[in-house]
Amino acid sequence: MTPPLRSPGLQVTEAGATGLVLTRDFAAPAPLVFAALTRPELLRRWHGAHGWHLTGCEVDLRPGGAWRFVSHGPGGAEMEMYGEFREVEPPVRLVQTEIHRGWPEGAALVTTVLAETGGHTTMTVTVRYPSPEIRDQVVRTPMRRGAGEAYDRLAALLDLLDQEKRDRS
Amino acid sequence: MGTSSTLDATFAALADPTRRAILARLATGDATVTELAAPFAMSQPAVSKHLRVLERAGLVRRGRDAQRRPCHLVAEPLKAATAWLAGYRDYWEASYRQLDDLLKDLQP
Repeated sequence: MTPPLRSPGLQVTEAGATGLVLTRDFAAPAPLVFAALTRPELLRRWHGAHGWHLTGCEVDLRPGGAWRFVSHGPGGAEMEMYGEFREVEPPVRLVQTEIHRGWPEGAALVTTVLAETGGHTTMTVTVRYPSPEIRDQVVRTPMRRGAGEAYDRLAALLDLLDQEKRDRS
Repeated sequence: MGTSSTLDATFAALADPTRRAILARLATGDATVTELAAPFAMSQPAVSKHLRVLERAGLVRRGRDAQRRPCHLVAEPLKAATAWLAGYRDYWEASYRQLDDLLKDLQP
């Protein structure tokens, strides 16, 4: 595994050819984080950035239950993602499928694990895309999730170049 | 070539440790193939092969001097790749910062 990308908060690392792991700490207990990730009235208050926000949010939180997010962004852009819950274990684990409207076929499998220590919660989201092509499609849209081993390599290279630059000055 | 295929070429070129080392060396200044081959236990033709991959990805440019043909690092594709990466990561970090604020509001 290559080193994680540097980030003040969110860390992104590769996991295999089509996998991706996001890690983020929150200053709140796990039940609260779980609620914020699964309750539409809370999701609407944080999900999205840079002009994107959730306009449609349906969550049937039980194994086999459906979920659907519709987001609107700058210039009238719209995107929709939906899927089905596979495992629902509040407040520690959530497994769901995820399909973005326009994907050729196949669903991503998203596993969210929450680990609470002393009132702080570490969230680990593992995304397994159905194919490298779909991951490519995801990474082309800033709104969507995506990363890959090449980006970790790039980050490592840029670290090296920064180091070289510092050494010369 | 679109942004995506440019990025693909950039990342494919970066996938090899020798090519990353060559780029790191060129970040310190231009160098000839002989100079680039020196730190690696590698023949000049093998280094030239890596250089061709880097040239095709637009990461390296060769000088016109027929004798030396010094190699020069072209930083733009790297900058484009990091700008894209920064955009992606900024997006999700910004969204999670909103979640930080919400979590703060929800706690007594």
